[in-house]
Amino acid sequence: MASNFSIKHQPGFTAIAATCFVVLYLPIIVLVIYAFNAASSTSEWGGFSLKWFQSAWQNTQVIDATMRSFQIGAIAAALATIFATMAALATTRTPPYPGLTFKYAAINQPLMVPEIVTGVALLIFFSRIKIFTGYSGLGYLIAAHTAFCIPFAYLPIRARLENMDLTLERAAADLYATPWKTFRRITLPLLWPGILAGLMLAFVISLDDVVITEFVKSGGQDTLPTYMLGQIRRGITPEINAISTAFLLLSVAIVTLFFFVSRKRD
Amino acid sequence: MATAEEVAKAAERRDVRARWLLSAPALLVILLAATGPLLIVLVYSFLTPGAYGDVKWQFSPEAWVSVFMERDIFDDTLSLAAAHVTIFLRSIKLAVVTTLATLALGFPTAYFMATRSEKTRDLWLFLITIPFWTNLLIRTFAVLQIIRNEGIVNTILLKLGIVSAPVQILYTDTAILIGMAYVYLPLMVLPIYASMEKLDFRLVEAGYDLYATRFKVLRKIIFPLVKPGVIAGSILVFIPALGAYVTPSVLGGGKNMMLSNLIELQFGQGRNWPLGSALSITVMIIVMVALLAYVRNAGKSGVRHG
Repeated sequence: MASNFSIKHQPGFTAIAATCFVVLYLPIIVLVIYAFNAASSTSEWGGFSLKWFQSAWQNTQVIDATMRSFQIGAIAAALATIFATMAALATTRTPPYPGLTFKYAAINQPLMVPEIVTGVALLIFFSRIKIFTGYSGLGYLIAAHTAFCIPFAYLPIRARLENMDLTLERAAADLYATPWKTFRRITLPLLWPGILAGLMLAFVISLDDVVITEFVKSGGQDTLPTYMLGQIRRGITPEINAISTAFLLLSVAIVTLFFFVSRKRD
Repeated sequence: MATAEEVAKAAERRDVRARWLLSAPALLVILLAATGPLLIVLVYSFLTPGAYGDVKWQFSPEAWVSVFMERDIFDDTLSLAAAHVTIFLRSIKLAVVTTLATLALGFPTAYFMATRSEKTRDLWLFLITIPFWTNLLIRTFAVLQIIRNEGIVNTILLKLGIVSAPVQILYTDTAILIGMAYVYLPLMVLPIYASMEKLDFRLVEAGYDLYATRFKVLRKIIFPLVKPGVIAGSILVFIPALGAYVTPSVLGGGKNMMLSNLIELQFGQGRNWPLGSALSITVMIIVMVALLAYVRNAGKSGVRHG
């Protein structure tokens, strides 16, 4: 066979792949560059400046929305991860039992339904409860976020559990460790990377959500994404670029961390 | 005295009960804040609209009639609701074209990634994952800045003298399509890459040894082997594309509605919650049909995925 014939080569594929990577990153890079634009319109370049970051930092609406996003994300991700860990322990390393298939279907259900449908469903349901109980706090958003974060937290935890065999736990039990002690000293430390990955995934998913939050939130409960959506609809200022850039950096940091946590020891 | 068999049975029952207790919180949250409300939507689709939103508790099939039909205000005759049909067709068309576009771009990309050396593969995977986890609204906003009249695309076209006035891309179906293809591309690449990574290139080599052309190898060997990944990717793109809300509302403007915008309209200004509910259920039905087709197809090819 001729030396320049590579069996893995397909004509044009590398060019298309290169285009894809360029196209994926180009808009994001432009967005970041324009965050440092001194001009007040996004159509011209007025020199390098940090003023839009400063103006976003001083915008109380932005700070409020950011805080709310973090608050909801932290609580929802923590709850979702705890529940997902319990559910993963209940659905792995076991012979099939009645209800197991139902559990898989139920846990993955939020992934199957388009967000808009979940959004209006929660709008209807929660508005009924609001009338009934008079409560209109952040609880609804936290409940909604917890629900759609559970499958995302569940995935890496289950994957990790399935790769763990029961030998060490059985050995611990043979040495008279109580079930709780076995869990705390053996299962949990081994499972920890999966839990951490699930927690980060859930947090990012909660932080990203626009649609469900948009339908569930009451007045004055904007999260960062719903605030941004409102601003973009009203007309764009470089301040949105600055907020996006900060948000982007955070996501990239979490994903990078996630990438290394989930790669380790696999 | 209990026999050994009875003891084992009792232990098994205890185990199953413990497993139900462990999964109860997750199941309860999902039931309350995801699955349960869908049933309420179904109920609402058979009720009468209230005067200021919400519903009157009175059975009416009217919402389901209005999904595709229009009642004449004067003589009560029914005719096809042109506006709704247009929106349904547009949404399905845009979702299908988005799926095809991401497939055309994503397949070669996944192939490229899977044929790199083991070390660099991780880097490419990482590069595809970053946009995937970047906020969808931010990515849509990034596209908006590129394709608007003063954006890079038009600036370049004007500078090169290809056009004399900026091309209006924003607020058209094309803008929605570009935006959706952009934001959903990683969803297509990732599952195809997962299949492609497991591809046994000895089969490809055997194909060449038997004098198959590159195209024939691609069509007869590579494609059938990674088909489960292609189907998974198509489903992952089609479902969110059909129900897309953020991208059409940012890039499509007010005129180019998709299903999600129509549904939102019924819950907002339209104040027709039953119609909004019926439309939501219709979207769900389309999604379920797509999922069923996927499950049947995945079952047939006999490859376990996910």
